[in-house]
Amino acid sequence: MCTTCGCGQGETRIEGARGHEHAHADGTAHSHAHDHADEHGHGHRDRDDLHFGRGPAGAHAPGMTQARMVQIERDILGKNDALAAANRRRFAERGVFAVNLVSSPGSGKTTLLVKTIEALKGKHRVVVIEGDQETSFDADRIRATGANALQVNTGKGCHLDAGMVAKAVERLAPPAGSVLMIENVGNLVCPAGFDLGEAHRVVVLSVTEGEDKPLKYPDMFRRSDVMLLNKVDLLPHVEFDVAKCVEYARRVNPGIRVIELSATKGQGMGEWLAWVEQGAASAHAARSEPAGALAARLVEREELAAALKRRFSG
Amino acid sequence: MHEMALAESVIQIVEEAARKNAAAAVRAVRLEVGRLSHVEPDALRFAFDVVKRNGLAHGARLEIVATGGSAWCMKCSRGVALARLGDACPRCGSYQLQVTAGDEMRVKEIEID
Repeated sequence: MCTTCGCGQGETRIEGARGHEHAHADGTAHSHAHDHADEHGHGHRDRDDLHFGRGPAGAHAPGMTQARMVQIERDILGKNDALAAANRRRFAERGVFAVNLVSSPGSGKTTLLVKTIEALKGKHRVVVIEGDQETSFDADRIRATGANALQVNTGKGCHLDAGMVAKAVERLAPPAGSVLMIENVGNLVCPAGFDLGEAHRVVVLSVTEGEDKPLKYPDMFRRSDVMLLNKVDLLPHVEFDVAKCVEYARRVNPGIRVIELSATKGQGMGEWLAWVEQGAASAHAARSEPAGALAARLVEREELAAALKRRFSG
Repeated sequence: MHEMALAESVIQIVEEAARKNAAAAVRAVRLEVGRLSHVEPDALRFAFDVVKRNGLAHGARLEIVATGGSAWCMKCSRGVALARLGDACPRCGSYQLQVTAGDEMRVKEIEID
């Protein structure tokens, strides 16, 4: 595999599944010849700071010939979005409340999940999909609480995508009315663009990381509905300006909800748990029927109407 | 390096269209990438060069057309240009902005033989 580009196709592993995932829709076995001897454009190193995000996106050389131009007009993430929509439908049918938890590594996502599962015991079934490049340490921690968890190893991949979640959900089969927590790969960049079909995206930021993260990684904060400010019990020991952090988060996402908490000490957990319970209740209330069941019921109703008609007209 | 996954998606879309149009080879691929999208064009180019090998697009050049960002300013009640996420409204300085364009990533067209 290539450590320069991070390419890791074919290395995704889902616990319990044999072999490797090959994320190619057309089913081709794709082997990467990975010599990077050829030249690649790699930004501009004429100054100290490297910023690859400025300016027009490289040379746009005009001059495509008209003869054999094929208009395509398709979203690059169209396939992932379609798979995410299918996941969302599936969750809605079963009244499953799905949350996509994103953060950098070490923000305390797994501890938060363990505490959440313990607090909701007896009230809500919580099932967990754990995304990590390697190991099943996190899923093991979740399973120790008695909750059902499935580890998805992405290999060299840097994020979960909707296809991985679909496969994991198939295996995990979250019960109707349950809460599905999807712990994404610890990474504040890559998971931002990949819809998994979740009801809400929650970004966890710990106060040991610095209050400027929302401006440094704006994509993630813009696409999250809730920011959990974790480890607030450590505030007396670190330099972290909570007000500034919230202000930065709202610069990129004016509507983001902020919950300050400490998963280990319990502070603020009530507000978070109430948010989860409310989400689970609305998912359950809005539970839609699968198209098949709905169609079957319509047929049943039509047959009943026909039978009544026969009886009263005869 | 999510650009690798994006490049894979681009290749899938491109090769599907190329096959549908009975192309012998793909000469060029034109993308439209918004300035507010989560794509780093240089990284995407790099990834594209890797994933295009061994397929119909192995010799294809990648053209990326950057499209500008815009937002709706709630204070001004009008659309404004937005260069970067986290920037203020260029008119009133407020951050009460809703992105309206510039986060799209599309395969526009391809040139085939």
